[in-house]
Amino acid sequence: MDALPPGLAFEEPIIELEEQIRQLESADDAQSGKNVTKIRKLRKELADKTKEVYDNLSPWEMVQVARHKNRPHTPDYLSLCFEEFMELHGDRRFGDDRAILTGFAKIGAHKVMAIGHDKGKTYQERTACSFGCAHPEGYRKALLKMKMAEKYQIPIICFIDTPGAYPGIGAEERGISQAIAENLFEMSQVKTPIICVVIGEGGSGGAIGIGVGDRVAMLQNSYYSVISPEGCAGILWKSHKYAEQAAGALKFTADELLKFGVIDHIIEEPLGGAHRDPHLAANRLRNFFLEELKALGQVPLEQLLEERYEKFRKIGVFLEQAGESQNG
Amino acid sequence: MSTLPTNSSGSADAVSASAGAATSETVANGTTPRKKRGIPEGLWLRCPSCRNAIFRKDADKRSKICPECGYHFYVSAPERLEQILDSGTFEEWDANLLPTDPLSFADKKAYADRLKAEQKRTKMTDACVTGGGMIRARRVAIGITDSAFIMGSMGSVVGERLARMIERAGEQNLPLIIVSGSGGGARMHEGILSLMQMAKVSAALARYHSKGGLFISVLTNPTMGGVAASFASLGDVIFAEPEALIGFAGPRTVKATIRLELPEGFQTSEFLLEHGFIDRIVPREGLKSEIARVIDYCGK
Repeated sequence: MDALPPGLAFEEPIIELEEQIRQLESADDAQSGKNVTKIRKLRKELADKTKEVYDNLSPWEMVQVARHKNRPHTPDYLSLCFEEFMELHGDRRFGDDRAILTGFAKIGAHKVMAIGHDKGKTYQERTACSFGCAHPEGYRKALLKMKMAEKYQIPIICFIDTPGAYPGIGAEERGISQAIAENLFEMSQVKTPIICVVIGEGGSGGAIGIGVGDRVAMLQNSYYSVISPEGCAGILWKSHKYAEQAAGALKFTADELLKFGVIDHIIEEPLGGAHRDPHLAANRLRNFFLEELKALGQVPLEQLLEERYEKFRKIGVFLEQAGESQNG
Repeated sequence: MSTLPTNSSGSADAVSASAGAATSETVANGTTPRKKRGIPEGLWLRCPSCRNAIFRKDADKRSKICPECGYHFYVSAPERLEQILDSGTFEEWDANLLPTDPLSFADKKAYADRLKAEQKRTKMTDACVTGGGMIRARRVAIGITDSAFIMGSMGSVVGERLARMIERAGEQNLPLIIVSGSGGGARMHEGILSLMQMAKVSAALARYHSKGGLFISVLTNPTMGGVAASFASLGDVIFAEPEALIGFAGPRTVKATIRLELPEGFQTSEFLLEHGFIDRIVPREGLKSEIARVIDYCGK
């Protein structure tokens, strides 16, 4: 067993039980199932323990699950949710940002444009895609492909999974602010259905840059936040060490966002998180897409755009005092 | 609000931590330290740029610009309105919208208390003022974000006031001006709701745009994070005051990520002009007349 990253200590009892079962199972191979009862008992114990742990994840622990190295990323879902995926590269202006993947995909009877952050799995991949932190060209590539989808009346599916847009010299030089702003502006009016789902980290501007849609959903253990807990702790508590407190204060879990009306739907993850059963997670995601594609396909375009506008227009909590306004 | 996370752990974590900080943090420039906003009371003041002692009245006469070196001092939203609009023409809109504390957020200080303290200190209800007024006898809709109120950050009230103003400008066919001064970007204390204001205001601008509306965005020191990455960057015409700090990620975050010295003038108005992201750098004294000229050119 590899040493667990510090934040994942809560997984320890689960991994221990998993290990015990694995050992008994491999011993059984030779001796024709004399441990069957024992294994069955341990499995039950494992399920109970996993449920107990995962039902009680703190926001900070959820962040660790969302960042788990084995958590399925966009490429996993591209192959598990879709019958096929045909990647389309490049923003036609500067380059091909590996932090955002785009391309045609087929799901059931639907053709879609799939767009999603990629964080990479191996070290080489992770470096190549800047750990999922996109540059302006990533957002511009996404917009270009969305415009293409609009032209051919193909719905768009966005997978959000980023710590945030890339904070670097090149990103600033090439207008990361402008690129994200333009996506927000254009996505609000793209004339084809858009479904967005946060599959891991929904890191601030980098996330919402491909996050304006007719439906916005989150996987159960993902988070979607105005700022990373570390960033927030650094600014407001003046130290990284308070990331756990910041995680609690920011109210960024799927349950909270559903309450605020920011997301429409929570997709339940397999017991113990998507990383324990990527196929099941993908299957649930796929069913969600199929349902929503069908529903959105029946909405007239004008109504779709009106509802998309209203969906974001009504987000916000404030007090409106009566009788003092002199609106022109 | 200027201390930024630095992360000395593995590169993946360093990127994720500092990247996440990108939208909301507020920063003094990493290379040339910026000074506290606000002019100390008194007859004389010290210019933070050229270090000269300046007779306050001389700076006031020049819209709070240093007569020696042209440094642009902070101006509050009411002062800004006075500088840009024809005298006595401003009528405020949506002043009755007030901030609340939807997250029951508390860091070292509860957000509810912070709001009260900021309101008392700045005499504003939130970080922006919107309304109608005249510029050289043309009626306009105008919004100012004031960097003095929680770093000029955008929460629900700022987003709602701006969205209502943009919608009203569309209905009444008014040119629209937003002067941004926000070091804070999207306001952390209102969490995801703040992030969503970026989409909300941008969507309102998209509608306004498709109706043929003219939007002039004026960037002032500082304009960062979620404000830069939404309405501030969406002007048909974008002006910036000289030497303003404008960017997405704060300079310290960038520095912590790349671990290199930042180039001279990084994320200044001049840097943005050079890279093609703003139309003109306009010293404050010329702002009103340049806005009027653009409105005239666009036939609004």
